[in-house]
Amino acid sequence: MSKFTLPLLGFALLVGVFVIGLTMDPSRIPSPLLQQAAPEFSIPSLHDPDVLVGSDNYRNQVALVNIWATWCPGCRQEHGFLLELAKEGAIPIFGLNWRDDRVEALRWLQTLGDPYIASGFDADGRVGIDWGAYGAPETFLIDSDGTVIHKHIAPLTREIWERDFLPLIAGSGAK
Amino acid sequence: MTPRRQRMLAVGLALGGIAIAAVLTLRALDDNMMFFIDVSDVVAGEYPADRNFRVGGLVVDGSVEREPGSLELRFRVTDLRCELPVRYTGVLPDLFREGQGVVAHGRMAGEGEFVADTILAKHDENYMAPEVAESLAEHVTEQTAGLRQGSGECNPQ
Amino acid sequence: MIPEIGHFALILALSLALCQGILPLIGAHRGNVAMMSVARAAADGQLLFIAIAFACLTWSFLQSDFSVAYVASHSQLALPTVYKISAVWGAHEGSLLLWVLLMAGWTVAVGRFSRDLPAEFAARVLGVLGLLSTGFLLFTLLTSNPFLRLTPAPVDGADLNPLLQDPGLAIHPPLLYVGYVGFSVAFAFAIAAMLSGDLDQRWARWTRPWTTVAWLFLTIGIALGSWWAYYELGWGGWWFWDPVENASIMPWFMGTALIHSLAVTEKRGLFKSWTLLLAISAFSLSLLGTFLVRSGILVSVHAFATDPTRGYFILAFLGIVIVGALVLYAIRAPQLDSQAGFHLLSRETFLLLNNVLLVVAAAIVFYGTLTPLLYDVLRLGKISIGPPWFEFAMLLPLLPISLLIAVGMHSAWRAQAPKPLLQRLRLPALLAIAIGILVPGLIYGRFGLLVSIGTMAAFWIMFASLQEPWRSFRRAKGTPAITRAMLGMSVAHFGVGIFALGITLVSAFTVESDQAMQTGATVQNAGYSFELRELRDVQGPNYQAIEGRVEIRKDGEFVGEVRPQKRQYLVQQNWMTEAGIDAHWNRDLFIALGDQLGNDTWSVRIQYKPMIRFIWLGAFIMALGGLIAITDRRYRGGA
Repeated sequence: MSKFTLPLLGFALLVGVFVIGLTMDPSRIPSPLLQQAAPEFSIPSLHDPDVLVGSDNYRNQVALVNIWATWCPGCRQEHGFLLELAKEGAIPIFGLNWRDDRVEALRWLQTLGDPYIASGFDADGRVGIDWGAYGAPETFLIDSDGTVIHKHIAPLTREIWERDFLPLIAGSGAK
Repeated sequence: MTPRRQRMLAVGLALGGIAIAAVLTLRALDDNMMFFIDVSDVVAGEYPADRNFRVGGLVVDGSVEREPGSLELRFRVTDLRCELPVRYTGVLPDLFREGQGVVAHGRMAGEGEFVADTILAKHDENYMAPEVAESLAEHVTEQTAGLRQGSGECNPQ
Repeated sequence: MIPEIGHFALILALSLALCQGILPLIGAHRGNVAMMSVARAAADGQLLFIAIAFACLTWSFLQSDFSVAYVASHSQLALPTVYKISAVWGAHEGSLLLWVLLMAGWTVAVGRFSRDLPAEFAARVLGVLGLLSTGFLLFTLLTSNPFLRLTPAPVDGADLNPLLQDPGLAIHPPLLYVGYVGFSVAFAFAIAAMLSGDLDQRWARWTRPWTTVAWLFLTIGIALGSWWAYYELGWGGWWFWDPVENASIMPWFMGTALIHSLAVTEKRGLFKSWTLLLAISAFSLSLLGTFLVRSGILVSVHAFATDPTRGYFILAFLGIVIVGALVLYAIRAPQLDSQAGFHLLSRETFLLLNNVLLVVAAAIVFYGTLTPLLYDVLRLGKISIGPPWFEFAMLLPLLPISLLIAVGMHSAWRAQAPKPLLQRLRLPALLAIAIGILVPGLIYGRFGLLVSIGTMAAFWIMFASLQEPWRSFRRAKGTPAITRAMLGMSVAHFGVGIFALGITLVSAFTVESDQAMQTGATVQNAGYSFELRELRDVQGPNYQAIEGRVEIRKDGEFVGEVRPQKRQYLVQQNWMTEAGIDAHWNRDLFIALGDQLGNDTWSVRIQYKPMIRFIWLGAFIMALGGLIAITDRRYRGGA
């Protein structure tokens, strides 16, 4: 072996580090609630502060819990797809409006459309913390027995929906 | 000396220089390398005593206090299990807000207070720094699983 | 419709890139002229179609077509037109499109200017470029298509990240990319030479001007990036050792080493295998930088996209390109050797040292950037490496370089007699030492070892670079007229001196203070007094701001007025600091609003930065030197 193969070996080593590094990509945060019971909560509705909404709204159903806010560009990005899901009647979506302004949030739903079966208003972010949310948007898939079976960080798209969510929903139906 | 031997000498000198430089650099690295340590671990006393490190978590709501008329500032940071008081003097980053993720560089002073020399807020507009998220995620898991182990028996929130 | 045309044009460009990547290489191997001649036509077509795609995306931005997902996430109706255009490359997908556009542009340029090269060689170069372009187009189309639609279209977009709404960002990435992509030409020349096995000096001469052009754009791109970070990120630093910055400085060090090593290979036929390796590394590090940024493997303030699939794709691409190149290198390099010798005191030695030290500099940055990742992979904990380490570590290679440049410049090829060298350099050396000792103390009132060494090195380089042009200008006896190449070298090295002076004085004599200021209050800093006259609300096109009016005086005399702002962008609700800078050739006064402490009290950061303009000025002079050098006669006309 000549010294001229040394650069090649060095690079091979580096690729090894990168491959391991990619599998532990920082954007993949371990999901604390995965396969655990979803937190129970009951908070004022976004539309009417006197009405309480929460886990009861989707009890015994397979549902999505979507954490969103008007200050988050990613939420705007996924909003169109959430509307499609709602229109198709694919799954009930519970909206958790997180650390936001009530007036802004209501205006958002009025102008862009409201895909949610109910919207909770989590002004101080307490419910979001219970859910282990570390930003928005985040979307949780809840099984009919109230277990979190999937969590998606970043805007939801049809591609991700079909790849990550649909198989799980099919699987939970079979159970 | 023949040119060849001269060149050998030069290469030898250069390699020696590089070796010295490498040693110096690595030693300097030791002083400038900052570990990220969970708030709970810091509260439990598990932190490097005489060097800088990083802590991160959420800024506790309502905990930010300013000395009137000065740039000194105190707040508490939580990893959802323990809380750590932090002191900082200076200008805050644009994305620093109560209830949001934050990372502080600095070291422990006496009386369990962390003195920060740099404060970094969220790393983009939507999400907090990954270390902070991971640290929080860990403790949320413990809570939901009903585990409260470890030396730091702090109360969440 | 327009976005679909763009998408389709990209697919056509991909098929042309494939033709350009495969046919000429086979043709060159078999000596088939028809196949080789495909290269230029394919390259022209590719440029045309990518330009169409680029125009389509720009059009979608100008029309605010929010049915295009990329436009919806990075623009909004109220965004000023100029930022609608720069938003095209403001994020991942569009910046890739810019990358392939520039790559196609370089390829066409190579096609035009390579008519005098042997046909097989030119075909191989264009073929390699075609393969690279294929990789990037595939990456764009498969993982990062900017033309994807969003249904239903949102009424308004999510706005461009406020950090990027700045004229500096409009021009900095394109220039940087011209540089990055330009190294692919040097890479393609190296691969072509290794494929043909014909590695004589001519190869080095053909590569040199291309490498220099790429290098000069990279230099300007990095300098502009640094300048942008200085006034836009808000805190007055000019280099943060952020992974993205590191990703640009590594190819720069390698490219600089390559330029010098090419000089030796061209003139003396030495260092051939080393030069090849540098040509491979400079481009590989450009790719690696892209990988680090795009994969989100290192988190950085610049990270555009953190998507593991993109990471895997780039890693695979990187692997194919670099492994391929290095395997070829391992096969070909042992056949190269040169008999030419040189003495210890000769230009060759100094260029060798220059190369070693620049590679060490790149290696240090590489190590510092990747060590946190390595710790994470080995589960040793989460660490970060701060700027102080980089600043210290950089001194080790860069200080010796700055002391050696002057000697190297004045040494002859093969062997240099010590006496005349000493005689020549005595005057500049003595002057530099005197200035180095006196200036920091006399002008800034403080002595220091490192400052003196830095100042001395800076002036030593400047004086030594002026000697040759000066003698030629005076038409001193026995001096031939200076060549463009020589003049270019002198100018570039003069730029290094200016740059070194800037860094030395900024790091030694910056005065910085954070203050709580009420309207009407005055604070003193570095001999200037700053009065916060008023605070008022300002309305921008897509933001609202609080603006301070700060009056600066020195010894009671009016110096200037600056208006730092704290902006809140309406769509993303982000706060941004817009510093107020009073710029002067020999110092900047930098004022930034921090946060509101009370009713009309704000925390304010005030900095005095001596000679900071010299840092960027130096970089531009270096680039100017490169520009002068490529106009040298011997690069005009052919082989």
